Amino acid sequence: MEALLSLAVKAIFVENMALAFFLGMCTFLAVSKKIATAIGLGISVTLVQTITVPANNLILTHLLSPGALAWAGFPDVDLTFLGLISYIGVIAAMVQILEMILDKYFPPLYNALGVFLPLITVNCAILGGSLFMVERDYDLAESTVYGISSGLGWALAITAMAGVREKLKYSDIPDGLQGLGITFISAGLMAMAFMSFSGVKL
Amino acid sequence: MAQTYRNMLVDPMVDNNPITLQVLGICSALAVTSSLQVAFVMAIAVTLVTGFSSMFISVIRSQIPGSIRIIVQMIIIASLVIVVDQVLKAYAYEISKTLSVFVGLIITNCIVMGRAEAFAMKNPPFESFIDGVGNGLGYGLILMLVGFIRELFGSGSLFGFTILETVNNGGWYVPNGLLLLPPSAFFVIGLLIWAFRTWKPGQVEAREYRIRAVEAH
Repeated sequence: MEALLSLAVKAIFVENMALAFFLGMCTFLAVSKKIATAIGLGISVTLVQTITVPANNLILTHLLSPGALAWAGFPDVDLTFLGLISYIGVIAAMVQILEMILDKYFPPLYNALGVFLPLITVNCAILGGSLFMVERDYDLAESTVYGISSGLGWALAITAMAGVREKLKYSDIPDGLQGLGITFISAGLMAMAFMSFSGVKL
Repeated sequence: MAQTYRNMLVDPMVDNNPITLQVLGICSALAVTSSLQVAFVMAIAVTLVTGFSSMFISVIRSQIPGSIRIIVQMIIIASLVIVVDQVLKAYAYEISKTLSVFVGLIITNCIVMGRAEAFAMKNPPFESFIDGVGNGLGYGLILMLVGFIRELFGSGSLFGFTILETVNNGGWYVPNGLLLLPPSAFFVIGLLIWAFRTWKPGQVEAREYRIRAVEAH
């Protein structure tokens, strides 16, 4: 239990998806102009991440890893090279299913998050989460915790960034730095602030 | 016609750069640039994937039904990335370890998808290939520039060869450790964008609010 808690804190703060690994940067920079939209996107990413990381973990352990197909009579088959294509397939399918479920059963939520869901398929944070899960050999419990907390960390970062940018638009910035340039530099300052968490251990 | 091919290749490098203007493919641009060698391998990998995925998608563009085109594009891109990943693992294992998940993340690199969707779906294969390569090179250019700055001033070397002798090895150069840490990539790219836009003022974004000049009392 303690190990899981420490994993969660690490994934949210120390190894923040957006600010330490630069994952999901395209959407991070493009959709962080308003706090409300940033929160919506953050929630959708957390939701999708919570589903896909454990789902990909199951696929990896029961279908792809060496010897995993023993139940089907192929004990020597190693399909790990198909990893990338299966993960992205799972992600695309999950996003599509989530969209349909939300549309049918939770229309208000669908109206709020609907526009972001298609964007999420190509969000590197989602695929990155699954790839880190593979690289670090998480088991099912760990990957569930990792999915939730890395999504939360990303949501936190984009919300904070949107807060900064809402204030930033009133300031007098040199012409060439306007827009994208200053966004990068403030993201850099935020990343430095997040680095101070790196000593935290539970 | 030769002229237009050249334009298609050069245009995305400066005037329409995927990173500094279109804000695509930022993730890996930041993460793999702490050393020049890694940045170089990444640039080649992305250029190849973008070029070939644009070409293949363009070849079958009239057969792809509109409603499932994203999935079809994804599958083509993912297969190419798997090839790149396996080749790297076989011939450059050390580098593939340093790149870790970022080779896989070429799949979700917005440049590849963006070119497939915006250009390859509407143009013939050869043009799409050139366009993909051009955009890959534009991305690679920024990657190499950032890698150059970060490696030269962060550890005093280029491609692993010592250029500025560091203090630890008895030289004179005190390396700037910040440049090896993640946040510095943001600063370097931010400043690069500033430099680019000062050079080409047409790329400057409009302000949302005008600052009104205060009259002197």
